[in-house]
Amino acid sequence: MSSSARLRNDDPETPDLPPAIIRMRNIFKIYGSGSAEVRALDGVDLTIRDGEFVAIMGPSGSGKSTCMNMIGCLDVPSAGEYLFRGVNVGGLDRDELALLRRHFMGFIFQSFNLLPRVNALANVELPLIYDGVRRSERRARAQEALRIVGLAGRESATPSQLSGGQQQRVAIARALVTEPPILLADEPTGNLDTAMADGIMSQLVQIRAERGITIIMVTHEPDIARYAERVLYFVDGKLVKDGIPAEVLS
Amino acid sequence: MRWLDVFVMAFQAIIRNKLRSFLTTLGIIIGVGSVVAMVHLGQSATRSVTDEIASIGSNLLFVMPGTAQRGPGGVRTSAEPFELDDVEAIAQEVPDILVAPAITVSPTVVIGNANETIPVIGTDNNYFAVRNHRIAYGRAFDPDELNAGSAVCIIGTTLIDEMYLGQEPLGTTLRVGRTACRVIGVLEEKGQSMGQDRDKIILMPVKAVQRRLLGSLDVQTIYVSALIDGSTGRVQKDIESLLRQRRHIASPKDDDFYVRDTQDIANALASTTNTMTILLGAIAAVSLLVGGIGIMNIMLVSVTERTREIGIRLAIGARTRDVLTQFLVESIALSTLGGIIGLVLGIGGTWLVTSRLDMPFLLAPGVMLLGFFFSVAIGIIFGFFPARKAARLNPIDALRHE
Ligand SMILES: Nc1ncnc2c1ncn2[C@@H]1O[C@H](COP(=O)(O)OP(=O)(O)OP(=O)(O)O)[C@@H](O)[C@H]1O
Ligand SMILES: [Mg+2]
Repeated sequence: MSSSARLRNDDPETPDLPPAIIRMRNIFKIYGSGSAEVRALDGVDLTIRDGEFVAIMGPSGSGKSTCMNMIGCLDVPSAGEYLFRGVNVGGLDRDELALLRRHFMGFIFQSFNLLPRVNALANVELPLIYDGVRRSERRARAQEALRIVGLAGRESATPSQLSGGQQQRVAIARALVTEPPILLADEPTGNLDTAMADGIMSQLVQIRAERGITIIMVTHEPDIARYAERVLYFVDGKLVKDGIPAEVLS
Repeated sequence: MRWLDVFVMAFQAIIRNKLRSFLTTLGIIIGVGSVVAMVHLGQSATRSVTDEIASIGSNLLFVMPGTAQRGPGGVRTSAEPFELDDVEAIAQEVPDILVAPAITVSPTVVIGNANETIPVIGTDNNYFAVRNHRIAYGRAFDPDELNAGSAVCIIGTTLIDEMYLGQEPLGTTLRVGRTACRVIGVLEEKGQSMGQDRDKIILMPVKAVQRRLLGSLDVQTIYVSALIDGSTGRVQKDIESLLRQRRHIASPKDDDFYVRDTQDIANALASTTNTMTILLGAIAAVSLLVGGIGIMNIMLVSVTERTREIGIRLAIGARTRDVLTQFLVESIALSTLGGIIGLVLGIGGTWLVTSRLDMPFLLAPGVMLLGFFFSVAIGIIFGFFPARKAARLNPIDALRHE
């Protein structure tokens, strides 16, 4: 699997659109059983095309994070079919899913999820270690990634020595250092104030413009969602609205 | 993932938590240290016992009156003592041996202003060869002195070091009991042995001791040295049949004397120290096991504590085996480090103890290697379960962990 290979559009209905990289058909995620049953995802159909910038919205507990984790192959559906770039993810084992994440996904979390007591450079290097990249090359690439997010010179700072916005930038650098085609962000600005949030968002927009990556982002805030080109709105595990931000948010 | 990175990662994790890492490996340090020290000390003890026996005199037999078995009260049953005739007879009848009589008394010895109780052995010139204790300077007894039981003596070096003021003992006189005794020779220094000073000794002609100190013609012990290696069994049989004859012991009756081979004593002592070594080593090995369980315990705590970290690693693309090796290498590194420290401490401790107790310091590479591999094995065995627990975590559950 090569992340840079362009996909052929094999969808006969929309020959002029970019290829679909994510296709979900009737996806369910069910927790518990009987009266305690929770349908975190309740029959979701979804297609996301290469290069899109999608925001996922909805009330708390509507299944946004669950859907995101499913897309990111961190979680597997209880039922339904998920095709990632034409590959049925349901047929992959644990380690194949790990490789898929390693090569195709970059994750950004609301709580940053950096390794504590490890400096920024080492945090950004981490994915490259699992990829078996040599130390010197790793260093160079991690430094470059930190420079892109505006943290040149802060390589040796540990997360506790950085502000929330800076920590999230380190997380972005870590997500992008392997140059994955897809960036998944679960409430990336949830723990940040408005100014910092806008800084992070313009960063993401710029990176997308430069690299043409696909961004899928969960958010609560309409202002943040407006950075996206498409908004998916969930209620009770169901995808109820899908359209441009102006339409969905009105 | 490269192996170099795996090791670097493990050592960084260990260094990040220095105190905890140290406490975790303490069990292994103590376990390996005590196993190594016990086995080394046991080996040194065995060696010092065998050295000891060799220095008493090789191929040496003791002949004593009485029976080796102990009576009902734990007292050795008494029997007719030997006399010089018996010594003479053994020397005449049994081939290829050297015989020396020995009468030990402990009179008060006065040298100048000092007085002390010192063992005095009445014997003859065969003593030096039989007991492997030679004359350093001066001379042996001459035949006239032996026949007449003259008041002359050959002394051990302790008497010079601790009791004489000058270093010229030859020709001086010391009072042994009520006898004034002239020093004619000095024995070689033998040093301490099992808490006994073997240089605190006075040798006198056997007849001198009998007449002047003991007041009887008894001979307590006869030392016999077999001149041909491996012939002690034959010599023992010869002496037994000779003495039975001389003491008129008919066939069904038991001997009223016994002959002891120093080799038997050496073997008995060696096997005792070996048993002790095995026992102490086993106890130490149990502590090693406890150390392993300590590692497992802390690694389990560490896996729980670092669940979120594991979640991050899994999200980033770590496979099951990446996480497994990370934690396994960490526990192996911990236990191996502990093993090496324990090894050094164990050997250092052995060296300290042996040098204090004047025991030989012997390294046992086999035991050192065993201790090392054991600590590595403990890291693998007790690290596996926690590492597997870490590797099997579900990425989402791990990431959600508080
Ligand atoms: N591991 C789990 N076990 C049981 N129920 C779960 C689990 N994870 C999620 N749920 C339930 O699934 C539903 C959807 O959860 P999800 O985290 O996707 O919501 P969300 O839309 O991301 O909410 P928020 O905006 O608060 O983050 C919720 O009702 C939640 O309680
Ligand atoms: Mg959520």
